[in-house]
Amino acid sequence: MPIAHDSDPSLTEYAHPERLVTTAWLSENLGTPGLVVVESDEDILLYDTGHIPGAVKIDWHTELNDPVTRDYVDGEGFAKLLSSKGISRDTTVVIYGDKSNWWAAYALWVFTLFGHPDVRLLNGGRALWEAEGRELTTDKVEIDAAEYPVIERQDAPIRAFKDEVLAHIGQPMIDVRSPQEYTGERTHMPAYPEEGALRGGHIPGAQSVPWARAAAEDGRFKSRADLEAIYTGEKGLQPTDDVIAYCRIGERSSHTWFVLTHLLGFDKVRNYDGSWTEWGNAVRVPIVKGESPEGTIAA
Amino acid sequence: MTTPRIDDLPPRLAAIVEEFQELDKPQRLELLLEFSQGLPPLPSRYEEHPELLEPVPECQSPIFVVSEVEPREGDDPQVRVYFRAPREAPTTRGFAGILAEGVDGLSAAQVSALPDDVCARLGLEEAVSPLRLRGMTGMLRRIKRQVAERSVAA
Repeated sequence: MPIAHDSDPSLTEYAHPERLVTTAWLSENLGTPGLVVVESDEDILLYDTGHIPGAVKIDWHTELNDPVTRDYVDGEGFAKLLSSKGISRDTTVVIYGDKSNWWAAYALWVFTLFGHPDVRLLNGGRALWEAEGRELTTDKVEIDAAEYPVIERQDAPIRAFKDEVLAHIGQPMIDVRSPQEYTGERTHMPAYPEEGALRGGHIPGAQSVPWARAAAEDGRFKSRADLEAIYTGEKGLQPTDDVIAYCRIGERSSHTWFVLTHLLGFDKVRNYDGSWTEWGNAVRVPIVKGESPEGTIAA
Repeated sequence: MTTPRIDDLPPRLAAIVEEFQELDKPQRLELLLEFSQGLPPLPSRYEEHPELLEPVPECQSPIFVVSEVEPREGDDPQVRVYFRAPREAPTTRGFAGILAEGVDGLSAAQVSALPDDVCARLGLEEAVSPLRLRGMTGMLRRIKRQVAERSVAA
């Protein structure tokens, strides 16, 4: 039984409001059969310090990635993982997390690779839930294992690989990293691990829109008008454009992928998860430095 | 998996490694959470002068570390280590908590002799991922460097 969408007026302006729920909606719907709430954070222990009652944890590092190859889990791995979390194919999944849902959006994107039909984000994420004084608990969650079918991953519609990005140069691309990473001043995020990129700069033609510009101060998404002012106004993208977004390892660009696809209704947005840790190390791919998309100094 | 060496570690650090090794993966995370909750507060002299602390950019969350080398009469100088790590970064706080318990109070010579792979002996790679664990190695590396610099100065 699908669970009714959140009809809150704050969501109806978006292209696909069924992909979001408000904190109030989630409070009212906690415990509804057929709903599983998933917490997905950058910090693997944050869930254990207190989580939304009944929520299960999915960790991007240790559970969504293949342990050997740089890739996501395959259909069997995903089926095993979701079954163990009590999720079936017809479960309504609501994902929330820290840092304006940055990792939650990443998890949602991976769920989308497997075409999970009903997966939604909690608008505002963990921070808003906490700020509103809503309940968090350290109680252990009893999970009734489910039977998730083995579904073949469909990468093509929403995932871009290096060769596709190379062929895409000249078409719309969004670099969602910090301005310093974009210009080539640094190869990693301020205060973040140096994930080993040998070269700094950006892919020729990519426009810079740091992912957090889509988030309001309370962690919710900005209004549709504000988002349009950035992506279609300032950057001149069209909802019919073929767009590739990238960052450092594909997490921040999942957030932008969500914004363009589900909030603004773009038809074809792909996330290049190899991102800068691949491009910045690849031999002979074009890189430019500086503030303009075309770059000022060829690297 | 072979049990990692502990005979080249100071007693408290050896005990921590043993404690982790006795647990299964989910329990190791619980123990890490306990260390995160047990991280001693930053002394007020550093609260007032955060510029004296060194950032650890290998960590995913903002964390700062400072080491002091205190001369002792008739003995090796003693090392004190202090950390500042946010509550919403329990994994990073947990790493700091382990180092606070295992390293604080050692002599400068003991700190410089700590094996560089000590963080890898806790059995946390699989539980928290090697990438996250790099942050802990980054903290230890900074402590060792600070102690070496301050020992020369002392």
